Amino acid sequence: MKQMHLAAHFPGVNSTTVWTDPRSRSQIDFASFEHLARTAERGKFDFFFLAEGLRLREHNGRIHDLDVVGRPESLTVLNALAAVTERLGLAATVNATFNEPYELARRLATLDHLSEGRAAWNVVTSSDAFTGENFRRGGYLDRADRYTRAAEFVATARELWDSWTPDGDSRPFAHSGQHFQISGEFTVPRSPQGHPVVIQAGDSDEGREFAASAADVIFTRHGTLEAGRRFYADVKARLAKYGRQPGDLKIMPGVTVVLGDTDAEAQQNAAEIRHQQVSPQNAILALEQIWGRDLSSYDPDGPLPDIDPDPRSDLVQGRVRVADPLAAAARWRELSEAKGLSIRQTAIEATARQSFIGSPATVAAELEEFVTTDAADGFILVPHLTPGGLDGFVDQVVPLLQERGAFRTEYSGSTLRSHLGLARPVWKS
Amino acid sequence: MSATRPLHLAAEIGGPPRYAADSHVTLARLAEGGALDYVTLSDSFGRPGPDALAVLSRVAPATTRIGLVPTVTTTHTEPFHVSSAVATLDWVSKGRAGWQADVSTTEAEARLFGRRSAAPAGALWQEAGEVADVGALLWDSWEDDAEIRDVATGRFIDRDKLHYVDFEGSTFSVRGPAIVPRPPQGRPVTVVDGTSGPARETAARYADVVHVRATSPEQAAALRDDLRRSAAAHGRDPDGLRILVALTVDLGDAEKTPEPGLESGPQLAGRGTYFRGGPVDLAELITRWHRGGAVDGFHLTPITPERDLERIVNGTVALLQHRSLFRTFYPGGTLREHLGLGRPANRHTLARTSGGHSS
Ligand SMILES: Cc1cc2nc3c(=O)[nH]c(=O)nc-3n(C[C@H](O)[C@H](O)[C@H](O)COP(=O)(O)O)c2cc1C
Repeated sequence: MKQMHLAAHFPGVNSTTVWTDPRSRSQIDFASFEHLARTAERGKFDFFFLAEGLRLREHNGRIHDLDVVGRPESLTVLNALAAVTERLGLAATVNATFNEPYELARRLATLDHLSEGRAAWNVVTSSDAFTGENFRRGGYLDRADRYTRAAEFVATARELWDSWTPDGDSRPFAHSGQHFQISGEFTVPRSPQGHPVVIQAGDSDEGREFAASAADVIFTRHGTLEAGRRFYADVKARLAKYGRQPGDLKIMPGVTVVLGDTDAEAQQNAAEIRHQQVSPQNAILALEQIWGRDLSSYDPDGPLPDIDPDPRSDLVQGRVRVADPLAAAARWRELSEAKGLSIRQTAIEATARQSFIGSPATVAAELEEFVTTDAADGFILVPHLTPGGLDGFVDQVVPLLQERGAFRTEYSGSTLRSHLGLARPVWKS
Repeated sequence: MSATRPLHLAAEIGGPPRYAADSHVTLARLAEGGALDYVTLSDSFGRPGPDALAVLSRVAPATTRIGLVPTVTTTHTEPFHVSSAVATLDWVSKGRAGWQADVSTTEAEARLFGRRSAAPAGALWQEAGEVADVGALLWDSWEDDAEIRDVATGRFIDRDKLHYVDFEGSTFSVRGPAIVPRPPQGRPVTVVDGTSGPARETAARYADVVHVRATSPEQAAALRDDLRRSAAAHGRDPDGLRILVALTVDLGDAEKTPEPGLESGPQLAGRGTYFRGGPVDLAELITRWHRGGAVDGFHLTPITPERDLERIVNGTVALLQHRSLFRTFYPGGTLREHLGLGRPANRHTLARTSGGHSS
């Protein structure tokens, strides 16, 4: 039977986290990272995952102040977590645009050594000039170029990781491509996993192609059953042309889970969480992100604005833009009119992501269905509370998944590759 | 200066490259057992070895008090990433982080990155100073109480307490603010090896701790005076500077008891002056130089870490403790506290509370 993979997302910076909850703790103290990582390891999870953002988001020309903000640098935290965990994979999101292959390959190989084979790299590709203002290279790179750079970056990193022989001899490397012309000697021997695991997040055609050619795992947002199956089929079909098997690339949507003793209680909990996530201020903000206009004078409990969005607005900086604001606004209006919803109620419905809501038994069954019907190979769980948000899942849902044979009861190996069922990369001289 | 100034001791735990965590953890714990101020781990893109900051992050949860000072180079790295990583080391170690700023001068290192050619040390040390400068600005870009979690207004942070840095350096610019909130020490400790001329200028301007190479107490005292004067000329309080003499020590052969620089041992590649003798001889030397007020302390690089660090801690340090010249426990928790350095006030908070203007 196909077993699922599970990962824990540390909810540092986003609008998912309900920081107003009295159980909410620091998003920066090491104790919080340690708590969630230990919980994930107790639950026999495949890996622990950290996202990244390299510039504080802005709204209307000012730093956005309504969401959780501020986080440590990922690889440094993961190296520290390697000291307090034994089996759990440790995945860092690191941008391929604002880093250089030699340095990053070295930092990733070091984590793989220090954790004895548990490192992973989520390759993200944001190219915007806004983020670039913090870096030497500045804010250039066309949309098309960022994936060619990312692909060359990963290929180059692999050349570096292979530049030491499995016997521990260092050999000079030389790479000459469109984005990088580098040569010399790498300072770190081939690491316990051969190559750290490569994860990709990004959904465009270029992104999917890059993942099919080079990634071990995809972190996706396609979390509904139908969208998940379409995405799964699409991506897995792309593998053959790169000489890869469907099992070589694991598809893991980011999802949230809300539990209750009964399904009805879980629904009620979920409604309360949504209500806290979409505060009146956040409802206006969500609206402004689509409309591209200052809508601060609107009443969150009143109707949607009847003016149209400004499609060329740069009101929001530092987050993925709404692709088609006019279409999105039309969708929101339709929803609001059909159900008679206020701005806040519309935002609560329209911005909801796929989530699993129910008793532990219901959630376990649904997760299993996703995996057995090829909508996913597993899940990256995004808790809404830091750091205790996965305690209930690990205590109540994991045992049920294990009883059903849908999830491991023990780690069978010690490296992340072995948890994921991925082969150790063949050494290329 | 009186001879009662506290003595500071630090040790390098590098040596031959090791990639697993165990030996680093063992050495750092050994140094912690001797109540040393900090351990350093040297690093360079140009020779085998793991990323030093990563290694000391791995060591952090396995230790409780000792300061952790990796070498971080500033030449081919991103200043924004450097400041984030050092701040994060401070978070994961609960206020025990420092960084030893260094430069990459060789063409071989430049080719590993392929972005710029090798440059003269003078220019690179000036850039390193700018990196230290922007680091401090970024660490101050969040005021300590910027996170408010105000349920009534829905605001997680008070954005008036976050500040753009808008730094324009000679080779880079950074807009800010930091992604990482202000670290526990306010600003992690900046260490510079001030042996070379261009480095010394940067050290006097930006460092909290300077490692110097001296072959006599008189020379050490002269270097110390010089650095303090230079720091003062940059508008700094010289008492905010610690000057440690770097010694490479070989305690394996107890028959000779030479003064550093005076003996005829092999010249080492390391940056310290070479000392060979027994643990007791080393304690005598430290006592003599420190009593004379020539130095604030010593940074010791054992040539064989497993053997010599053990002798330093259980021999030299034990004797210094017995003579009440060195502490037997850590009275504080942070590296700044070990060094007797205050926690820097945030410049924006200071400007606000003293009635001045903050950006
Ligand atoms: C599920 C998911 C998670 C992502 N997480 C991050 C992140 O943590 N940091 C980041 O800079 N970008 C993140 N991204 C952005 C992608 O790397 C990419 O820049 C973006 O999706 C646009 O690329 P695309 O057009 O291929 O989708 C994420 C994207 C997805 C789909």
